[in-house]
Amino acid sequence: MIEINDIQKAFNGKEVLKGITSKFEKGETNLIIGGSGTGKSVLLKCMIGLVKPDSGSVLYNGRDFYNSDKDVQQSIRREMGVLFQGGALFDSKTVEENVRFPLDMLTDQSTSEKQDRVAFCLQRVGLEAAAKRMPSEISGGMKKRVGIARAIVMNPMYLFCDEPNSGLDPLTSVKIDELIKEITEEYQITTIIITHDMNSVLEIGQNIIFLYQGDKLWEGKKDDITKTTVAELKEFLFSNKLLREMEG
Amino acid sequence: MSVIGKYFIFLGSLFGKGEKLSVYWRRFLEECVGIGVSSIFIVAIVSTFIGAVSCIQTAYNLVSPIIPVSTVALIVRDMQLLELAPTITCIVLAGKVGSNIASELGTMRITEQIDALEVMGINSSSYLVLPKVMAAMFTFPMLVIFAAFLGIFGGYLAGTLTGVITEKDYLAGIRDSFVPYNLFFMCVKPFVFGFLIATISSYQGFFTSGGALEVGKSSTGAVTNSCISILIADYLLAQLLL
Repeated sequence: MIEINDIQKAFNGKEVLKGITSKFEKGETNLIIGGSGTGKSVLLKCMIGLVKPDSGSVLYNGRDFYNSDKDVQQSIRREMGVLFQGGALFDSKTVEENVRFPLDMLTDQSTSEKQDRVAFCLQRVGLEAAAKRMPSEISGGMKKRVGIARAIVMNPMYLFCDEPNSGLDPLTSVKIDELIKEITEEYQITTIIITHDMNSVLEIGQNIIFLYQGDKLWEGKKDDITKTTVAELKEFLFSNKLLREMEG
Repeated sequence: MSVIGKYFIFLGSLFGKGEKLSVYWRRFLEECVGIGVSSIFIVAIVSTFIGAVSCIQTAYNLVSPIIPVSTVALIVRDMQLLELAPTITCIVLAGKVGSNIASELGTMRITEQIDALEVMGINSSSYLVLPKVMAAMFTFPMLVIFAAFLGIFGGYLAGTLTGVITEKDYLAGIRDSFVPYNLFFMCVKPFVFGFLIATISSYQGFFTSGGALEVGKSSTGAVTNSCISILIADYLLAQLLL
């Protein structure tokens, strides 16, 4: 479980996060939604240790990330898997090498153990055939899947996904969403997804947080979101004409 | 001043908690190929022509009957060893290697590859930059020795082919009044310049933010700042060591 308490962050005097508090349960896909510039990505970066919040705490199974020594932070980091928006694959390495990279760097496993693990993860995301290809030779959807394979190769307890559907066609988006949900349930991972994709909200969102101008305006379950009375959330949800007609 | 402070903090981070030695060794060898081996061609071209031109121009200026013709070769040799091979070669390398390092790290930064390393708990600056710095400090002196040899050889080719100096005079000239200390001085310079080019360019690339435009700016900044630092260091080394 991950708990965030009163996370505040400002850049050059401009408040980006205004005291966000929430809990993310194990085995659930937790979605952080909101329009562009509402602080979703900054919140994610605060949670994974890339941006230090001005105040507040992030607890990983009770361990306070920012008030721990470097060794504890390091061990928490090694329990995380992160899927970045563009995949963040290393250009100079093949798909296989990208997935194997955390094992090479952070473990003392034998070559055969690493090969088996990489093959398993690539097979899990359906990319066994692309193992020897370079990132520049694969599509955007495949890059995301390689990113997922790399994120799960170390058996993470926490999985963070920054806009996993951005730049993908609707069909590939659904496949990526389903893959993340399956992995979350199968390995009982605490998954946090940043998105503004309504399909994701309706398909895989279990616990959902809505951010608006750095504030948490709504939190709840998928089934309750369409019944919301929060005007900003309604506006966000039903910005799509089709959904507006459905609501009507 | 804050930039200089940030640069020194960055240098400190290179020697922070690192990864397995085998990882660094592999990265060092990769960087030696990327930084050193891939620069051989440009260094060969530049140094050979600079040697040739310095021979022709020196001969053009030494028209006095009281100065022996072999002096042309002596001047070419000392110019190569003391200044042209180390400094000009490293300025060329600042353009080639410096821009390459800055754009590579800048692109890694804006595409979140460096973030990915940090999230894994890897000391990204040490993993990415330290092997580059070591490789530059290791390969630059070798490239400069190679450049000095080709510069002197270029002078020989130009001098003998155009008839401004005979083979016998040229060979006598490059052996005349040779000071072995100059070789040591020649090797110290690229060692220092390699460190400056690799660290300054890495710093520029590592702290890139924005998009493609900023990567270009980082790359330009890397070359400009590296060249300025080379010239300052060149003066300081001459003052200290000669």
